Amino acid sequence: MSAAQAPARAMPAPASAVRSSGSYTFRRVFAETGNIILAVVILVWTLLPLYHMLMLSVTPLDETFAGRFWPVTPTLENYRTVFAQDHFFLQNFWQQLGNSILVAVATMVMVLVVASLASFAIGRLKLRFGHIISNTALLTYLIPAAFVAVPFYVVMAQYHLLNTLWALVFAMSTFAIPYAIWVLRQYSENVPFELDEAAKVDGATPWQIFYLVYIPLLRPALIAIGTYSLLLAWNEYLYAFLLLSTEKQHTIPVAMGYFLVTDDSPWGLLMATAIIYSLPPAALYYSVRKYMVSGLTAGATKT
Amino acid sequence: MAVSVARLPAQQAETGRWSPETVWGTIFVIPYVVVFLALVVWPVAYGVWLGADLSNYRRLFADPIYLGTVWNTVLFLGLGINIKLLLALLLSGFFAQTKPWIRWLSVIFILPWAVPSIPTIFSFRWMLNSEWGMFNGLLWSLFGIEGPWWLIKPHYAMGSVIFVHIWKYLPFWTLILLAGRMAIPTDLYEAARIDGATRMQQFRFVTWPQLKNLYVTSLLLSTIWSLGDFNSVYLLTGGGPADKTHVLATLGIRYAFNLQELGTGVATVMTALPILVPLVILLVRRLGGRVER
Repeated sequence: MSAAQAPARAMPAPASAVRSSGSYTFRRVFAETGNIILAVVILVWTLLPLYHMLMLSVTPLDETFAGRFWPVTPTLENYRTVFAQDHFFLQNFWQQLGNSILVAVATMVMVLVVASLASFAIGRLKLRFGHIISNTALLTYLIPAAFVAVPFYVVMAQYHLLNTLWALVFAMSTFAIPYAIWVLRQYSENVPFELDEAAKVDGATPWQIFYLVYIPLLRPALIAIGTYSLLLAWNEYLYAFLLLSTEKQHTIPVAMGYFLVTDDSPWGLLMATAIIYSLPPAALYYSVRKYMVSGLTAGATKT
Repeated sequence: MAVSVARLPAQQAETGRWSPETVWGTIFVIPYVVVFLALVVWPVAYGVWLGADLSNYRRLFADPIYLGTVWNTVLFLGLGINIKLLLALLLSGFFAQTKPWIRWLSVIFILPWAVPSIPTIFSFRWMLNSEWGMFNGLLWSLFGIEGPWWLIKPHYAMGSVIFVHIWKYLPFWTLILLAGRMAIPTDLYEAARIDGATRMQQFRFVTWPQLKNLYVTSLLLSTIWSLGDFNSVYLLTGGGPADKTHVLATLGIRYAFNLQELGTGVATVMTALPILVPLVILLVRRLGGRVER
């Protein structure tokens, strides 16, 4: 890592290094210094807002307006208040956390079922109008969700689903399914078709091929889109805010939004809630990061 | 299956098109088709119908807030997307280095993407508070500068919105472009080095030609997604001060739900169609061709 040991690395030195090792070392020092400066900038850029969140969450409420970089008397009192639902804005915290979990899990299940079935029918059973379905999915994927929020709200009212968690589950599934189908289609192209043929020769029905061949082989892609849809639903603000109107139905993001209706909102409590709410998705993301990166980039980088 | 074909040739011929694959395939797509019709086609059709009333557009164009919003949207897209993707292009080069500590740094660097956006936007909101926030506190204690009124002066507020948007989405696009860089065959670089190409020349003659397609696709996708970025604006400034920082996505919601004018709300986002439709067509060609290859 340091410049001094760089030339000694067990790596065949490039031809240029042999020719003029002096300027080579100088260039290494130069490049390494640049790297370290950039690394510091990246760290500050990335961590400052997150540090700020953490700092406020351990700041006593009466110290919020002191504008310090670390509170004089750091405390976990804010977390206790959140867990005990001990504040006007947090009366239904546990219920709302439960709603968030319910919506996220239900969305994930719905997306996995609908998308894997559809992608199997299009890609493996070679359904005649499969390409039309593929294209409708791609088209849906490209509609910005915020742009259809108004008609979606009206339609949910027509279906009598307003203020139910189902409305949010349906909304999130609608936007996650097209992407899921697209990723599964990309991924399944690399699964040899001969496996299906072999199973068919052995007398397997399409359902058995789906269940015993397709699903196990697509596991990495299913993990990626399952996580994607879980996080999409967990993170959603706009649709949750529009579709869920009573406090008992709110999800955590909506509840956090209501903190800001007053000018002197309890920032310490808001940030404590924010951290409790952010930890599960971040942990999930990092534990399946390998799949997420390959899943997300499968489509983007293939040529 | 083979048995049934042998036993019932007449029936098979009669229903020749309905092989088991077709029957199962049809059953398998039914859930998707139901979701698509009930939750995509019907809302979109309803939206088009709501937005078809021309008086909505007269109302919209007469509203001075609308013109400001269009300008904000152009600014948000033009600056936000280009700065974000240029930074992502540069940083992907940095993260493409194989040193272990840079790998570790990249794990930290993804945090803004891994953490839900709402908490971080709220965090920024308080950081940018001109009296009590950490930004101006730092400016004062490090440089003795009185920081600007970030979320109170419209120009600074719009700048803050763009900054927060970049902060949130930079890791994602860096990751995408990094994956693109990793897919470039290393022998191309070796050949360039043997020919004595400098780092700049390697970028210009090897990296960029290989990455150009992906960069353009990213640019198009990012434009569409940023057009629909409601959170960065609404949760940071709420469209304020005095409705001066709205973009089309938030203005549509404001008309529909704050002012109870559903038609005007739909009309607001409909005016983005002249940009949106060509983008969608281009992207369907670029991305769709790959799946149907």
